Amino acid sequence: MSGEAGRAILIEGIEKAFGKTRILKGVCLNLREGEFLSLVGPSGCGKTTLLRIIAGLESADAGSVRIGGKDVTRLRAADRDIAMVFQNYALYPHLSVAQNLAVPLVMRRLSSLERVPLLRHLVPGHAQRRSAINAQVQQAAEMLRLGHLLHRRPAELSGGQRQRVALGRALVRQPSAFLMDEPLSNLDAELRAGTRREIVELHRRAGVTTIYVTHDQVEAMTMSDRVAVMMEGELLQLGTPREVYENPADLRVAGFLGSPRINTLPVCSAPDGIRLGALHLPLQAEVAPGAELTLGLRPEALHLAAEGLAVQIEHLEFLGAEVLLHARLAAPDARLTARLPIAVAAQLQRGDAVHLRADWSAALLFGADGARIASSASELCLNA
Amino acid sequence: MRPGEERSLLHDLPRLALLGLGACFILLPYVWMFAASLKPGSEIFRDSLTLWPERFYAIENYGKALSEVPMLRFLFNGALVCALILVFQMLFAVPAAYALAKLRWRGREFLFGLIMLGLLIPYHVPALPLYVVFARAGLLDSFAALVLPFTISVFGIFLFRQAFKSLPDELIHAARMDGMSELSIVWRVIMPNAWPAATAFATFSIVAHWNDLFWPLIVVQSHAMATPALGVLFFRAEEAGNDVGALMAAAVMVTAPMIILFLLAQRRFIQGIATAGLKG
Repeated sequence: MSGEAGRAILIEGIEKAFGKTRILKGVCLNLREGEFLSLVGPSGCGKTTLLRIIAGLESADAGSVRIGGKDVTRLRAADRDIAMVFQNYALYPHLSVAQNLAVPLVMRRLSSLERVPLLRHLVPGHAQRRSAINAQVQQAAEMLRLGHLLHRRPAELSGGQRQRVALGRALVRQPSAFLMDEPLSNLDAELRAGTRREIVELHRRAGVTTIYVTHDQVEAMTMSDRVAVMMEGELLQLGTPREVYENPADLRVAGFLGSPRINTLPVCSAPDGIRLGALHLPLQAEVAPGAELTLGLRPEALHLAAEGLAVQIEHLEFLGAEVLLHARLAAPDARLTARLPIAVAAQLQRGDAVHLRADWSAALLFGADGARIASSASELCLNA
Repeated sequence: MRPGEERSLLHDLPRLALLGLGACFILLPYVWMFAASLKPGSEIFRDSLTLWPERFYAIENYGKALSEVPMLRFLFNGALVCALILVFQMLFAVPAAYALAKLRWRGREFLFGLIMLGLLIPYHVPALPLYVVFARAGLLDSFAALVLPFTISVFGIFLFRQAFKSLPDELIHAARMDGMSELSIVWRVIMPNAWPAATAFATFSIVAHWNDLFWPLIVVQSHAMATPALGVLFFRAEEAGNDVGALMAAAVMVTAPMIILFLLAQRRFIQGIATAGLKG
């Protein structure tokens, strides 16, 4: 992290509606200097709109954007000192790679007179400015291994190469923040993993505050310092990847992050604790008796055991080092997925009746509105 | 090659024959015009039809067309008027089309509706009021009178709007982030990526105004201002009333630049119409 001042981003109370549809409902976000933050959520949750508002490409109905302590809400995109990488790269098709990389510098450093062919040579100091730009383009190209492609047009490049040119165009003018709008979604799986690492390394070297929009939770979890989960125009949770995974604040967050999905079971609170159907669960929570709740159990929190939840195996997925076990719980009727080590699951077959024991300390409890309810595993029952 | 595209010549023959027949039908007047421009008057009106002249009379015909009226001047006028019209049309139509295709503002659809309505009005309708305006302003018989009424092309706005619609918004967003003004975006990003449409429009515009007789006939009286089509009319009226050979030579000279232009721009022209027609 460079630690330079003027790179923190503060977003407050952003509202946006298109017609009658409210896209953003008062989103607040706070980025530290040099932070890599992922904005993750299903498509249509408003994350791209939020990114465009931060970029200055879209105006917010209410709220403010501050970059490095300076209110930029009313500034146009070009004056915000932000660079953006687009999903479809948005390279200028009629310009070579070198020209594409030079555009942000040319538009900023050269006067309009200097951009006119022939006339440019009459402006004093033009040659020096031009060669400084060329040097910077060269440097960015080398950093992204584009040196040999500088004279090609975007149409002559592969998807990965175009992606790197788009990154280079954002990088070349050393902005105070990067915005990336699903930059990897047009790449194939193998390239995606490689580019993911490359972007993280690039971020480490440049230390520029980055907001990375994605609907892919793997990208969000693996790349970011912090993850912001958005749904239906609201920011549901902001935290480190580990925090949002292990400690989701909302059922929707728990359901969105993690693959395979978290298991959810309808439970209710009784005077003597939490009940799953007739089963008394070793969980304690401060809720009024009779409340309808949802129990969340990650697939890795379920283990094969001699006794516990009686299930019937419906389907087994072999993943190499582990096996995903999809099973049906008889009462109440529900499906459960467990992630089991291969050694344990080797003998299992479809149709087998087995027992799953839950790791109750990892159990998550949610209220009827989806909000998280603090719970703890009761020692007594764990030992029993 | 896709399956089914591989056809024998025999299979294609009926199609080719029909198209060839159509082409002949359309080309025949031009061929006759060209042949007649090479013949003396006596040969043109003989009762037997020949394509190639017995007596080669080209030098006399073309010489007469060039010397008796300032044919080169007419061609120059035509080129100048067409160029000026095209430059101004692009200057106004391209930014207007950009605003209609890519910017969001109140009343955009209404204004576009008005432009579509404008497409329905033939330019002969406002000719009389326009004439009065130019007469009052003392601008008759000038390049201004020939160029000004055509500087705003509704058709151009429409064609460019359709073409710009198909360009991705991200390209414009990227340009804005890179620091371009809206006008820079129009000329530096949008236009270079809309060449097929520009070529199509240029061809339409140039052909229409090169061949236009109606408006020049109304506002131009002198030879010095005459455009090619009007020039041929002058030539026929004054010098060569009965000299069909020379008249055809003049006609050949007037049509040749257009034919050459179309052949050069052909591929892009078709591309341009195809994209404008399919997208948006």
